[in-house]
Amino acid sequence: MTSLSTIAPAYQPGTRAARLIERNVMVYRRTWIMLVSGFFEPVFYLLAIGFGIGGLVGPILLPSGEHVSYAVFVAPGLLASSAMNGAIYDSTFNIFFKLRYAKTYDAMLSTPMAVTDVAVGEIAWALIRGTMYAVGFLVAMAFLGLIKSPLIVFAIPGAMLIGFAFAAVGMAATTWVRRWTDFDWIFVVTLPLFLFSATFYPITVYPEPLRTFVSLTPLTQGVELLRSLALGTVGPDILVHIAYLLVMGLVGLVVVDRRLARLLLK
Amino acid sequence: MATSSEPALIHARGLTKRFGAFTAVDAVDFDVAPGESFGFLGPNGAGKTSTVRMIGCVSPVTEGVLTVLGLDPAADSSRIKSRIGVVPQQDTLDMELTVRENLVIYGRYFDLSRREAGRRADELLEFVQLGERAKSQVEPLSGGMKRRLTIARSLINEPSLLLLDEPTTGLDPQARHLLWDRLYRLKQRGVTLVLTTHFMDEAEQLCDRLVVMDKAKIVAVGSPRELIEQYSTREVLELRFPADAAPTDGSIFDGVASRVEQLPDRVLLYADDGEAAAVVLHERGVRPETSLVRRSSLEDVFLRLTGRSLIE
Amino acid sequence: MTAALRVLEFNAMGYRRVWRGTLFSTFLSPVLFLAAMGLGLGAFVDQGGNGALGPFSYAAFLAPGLLAGQAMQTAGFESTYPIMGAIIWDRTYFGMLATPITVTGIVFGTLGWMAVRLAMVSTAFFIVMVAFGLVASPLGILSIGVGVMTGLAFAAPIMAFAATRKNDQAFSMIFRFGLTPMFLFSGTFFPIERLPARIQLLAEILPLHHGVALARHLCLGDAADRSDQVVHVVVLSAYIVAGTIAALITFRRTLVR
Repeated sequence: MTSLSTIAPAYQPGTRAARLIERNVMVYRRTWIMLVSGFFEPVFYLLAIGFGIGGLVGPILLPSGEHVSYAVFVAPGLLASSAMNGAIYDSTFNIFFKLRYAKTYDAMLSTPMAVTDVAVGEIAWALIRGTMYAVGFLVAMAFLGLIKSPLIVFAIPGAMLIGFAFAAVGMAATTWVRRWTDFDWIFVVTLPLFLFSATFYPITVYPEPLRTFVSLTPLTQGVELLRSLALGTVGPDILVHIAYLLVMGLVGLVVVDRRLARLLLK
Repeated sequence: MATSSEPALIHARGLTKRFGAFTAVDAVDFDVAPGESFGFLGPNGAGKTSTVRMIGCVSPVTEGVLTVLGLDPAADSSRIKSRIGVVPQQDTLDMELTVRENLVIYGRYFDLSRREAGRRADELLEFVQLGERAKSQVEPLSGGMKRRLTIARSLINEPSLLLLDEPTTGLDPQARHLLWDRLYRLKQRGVTLVLTTHFMDEAEQLCDRLVVMDKAKIVAVGSPRELIEQYSTREVLELRFPADAAPTDGSIFDGVASRVEQLPDRVLLYADDGEAAAVVLHERGVRPETSLVRRSSLEDVFLRLTGRSLIE
Repeated sequence: MTAALRVLEFNAMGYRRVWRGTLFSTFLSPVLFLAAMGLGLGAFVDQGGNGALGPFSYAAFLAPGLLAGQAMQTAGFESTYPIMGAIIWDRTYFGMLATPITVTGIVFGTLGWMAVRLAMVSTAFFIVMVAFGLVASPLGILSIGVGVMTGLAFAAPIMAFAATRKNDQAFSMIFRFGLTPMFLFSGTFFPIERLPARIQLLAEILPLHHGVALARHLCLGDAADRSDQVVHVVVLSAYIVAGTIAALITFRRTLVR
């Protein structure tokens, strides 16, 4: 039996995260229509708000003194907020169901999979879905003639970063959720973020000190990041936005890892 | 049976599990040898599940020594888990996948290739007689079928050690016998089985050796036969009396049996010759409603050891 | 009818346990939407000033549309998952049918309860609108009734559909391809005249536009043409009646075998 250590493979935590993604792909192979349908919602919003309301608004004056159409202005904001909403959805309801009801993770942890694989795998899955939608959204923008700067291709990793930050924090929050009704609190946070994060209008609408406060909220960071890429107005601020979202996601990931270990390895 | 020349597959000394102030497993010692079938017998809450969860590396050891397959669960959980199969108390099957997909993805968690996972899945579905349900969703399966699927799932990595936590609880008699048959075949193939149960007949059917647990402690160790010989008599005379007609004076049983247990609904008399004891009591004018002589079982061992009936 | 009242009472009892959670969606979400879209975005619309909205501010234009839109979404939720729950997951309706309660009682009781919920949601929204100073005409109070009607125009047919389902997969499709686009393109956020002609025609056939237009005319007090209002009421009523009949049929088919 002493030879067992040579039979059993050496192992690094986190490396089996891909297996969890494989499981999710298996599930969605049958319900792919659900996956595809997620692409349409942000595009509907883009049409309604960018063009419908955009026709009422008139051009938006940028800090650079340049004017852009409202649709061009609002599109990156909608991309950022849909990245947030998608990540939150994937990392809250779905995770809660698997964690508390289906006991999916309990079964996984009886295999060589470790808690870190579960945490990394679920967040990576949310990112994969989010990336697909971000690419779809950019294609829709191109068809609608809303591309202004070539830098917008970087909005795809940008949207992934927003997805990472919110998926990690959303999943961390979910580990404290006990009942479905507790999810109301998640909306208490995400709805104001969606509505007030300078998504629909320039942050200059707000008087100080409100403006500073809003600029420090996470979705505003994401919106500003994607907007500067979309409009080609990239400055050094972009590093702050990236660092902010990266730290938020990493902190969330560490919390998820610890909390899942507490919940699943009792 | 365990032979002293082989090192233990599972080795526990002073193994303890505490949840806050509550002690679920209190300094237990046991060894499981390769190839044997080892049982934890005891009522709900005795600490069986906590012990098996620690062996399965999904519950950190609070205190004491535990090695599984010669490795430390705290340091090498993934390596240990790659060589064991687990049948948890509740079937944590993946409801979003089909019967066959449940096995294939589980194989993938063990790093099997897709082809190999698929091959083993088909083989195991035949083994647990679920081949025809391969494409079915899990939800509509009966309890017995779900249990069989869970057992098939636990075998996907061809484990050298199989942990079964209450494998047949909640199943009808037919489903239980089918499961016992499959477990017996595994045992014949040389798989080491570790199971928890509160069913005496299950322990007697499946275990070479078992420990009786009660209130977080091990109260006896041995083979079913050894335990019965040590803690009971060859036969038991079971007497049932009509309501309110049970003898109030226990002295009427004096000298008839080596031990007498008066339960709420019946009286158990432990004697090597139950028939002879019945004759003596009849002469003394004892007139039970029914009278039955049977062989001693683990139920009697448990009653003797803890003073309580196992299934209350 | 007593049967329907019992069913309504049953729903109300369930609601008493969870009402705190719904407070947020009932009061706070109209406040947030009106503040962000009406005031925040509205400032740009009003400055942009191309006169598409006539003499009214964007917030005043938007608010009654959101009232009707929120009624639709409340109805959409209440007529999908809870109905499936009562038929398949918890089988509550089967328990009711073991008592003197009939299928008709269940359908009308459930719709009655939804009307109560819709009245609550719409009243809350109306109070918020008044607080924001967005109601120009005293007739605006009737928009609470419009909210109830709009909601029922969705609840009845969706409930009829929900009773035919074995799992909840179709529901997210209803939201993604039905309710969300309707919410966005039924004149809620901008006049439907801005839509391409064919889409505009589609919007005019679907119920939400009629709820939005009716509530808006009542709140703004700009009803020039009475016959338009009558059309809105007739269309909404037609959806409610047709949906209720369909629900009676599908509920009977699912519950009585």
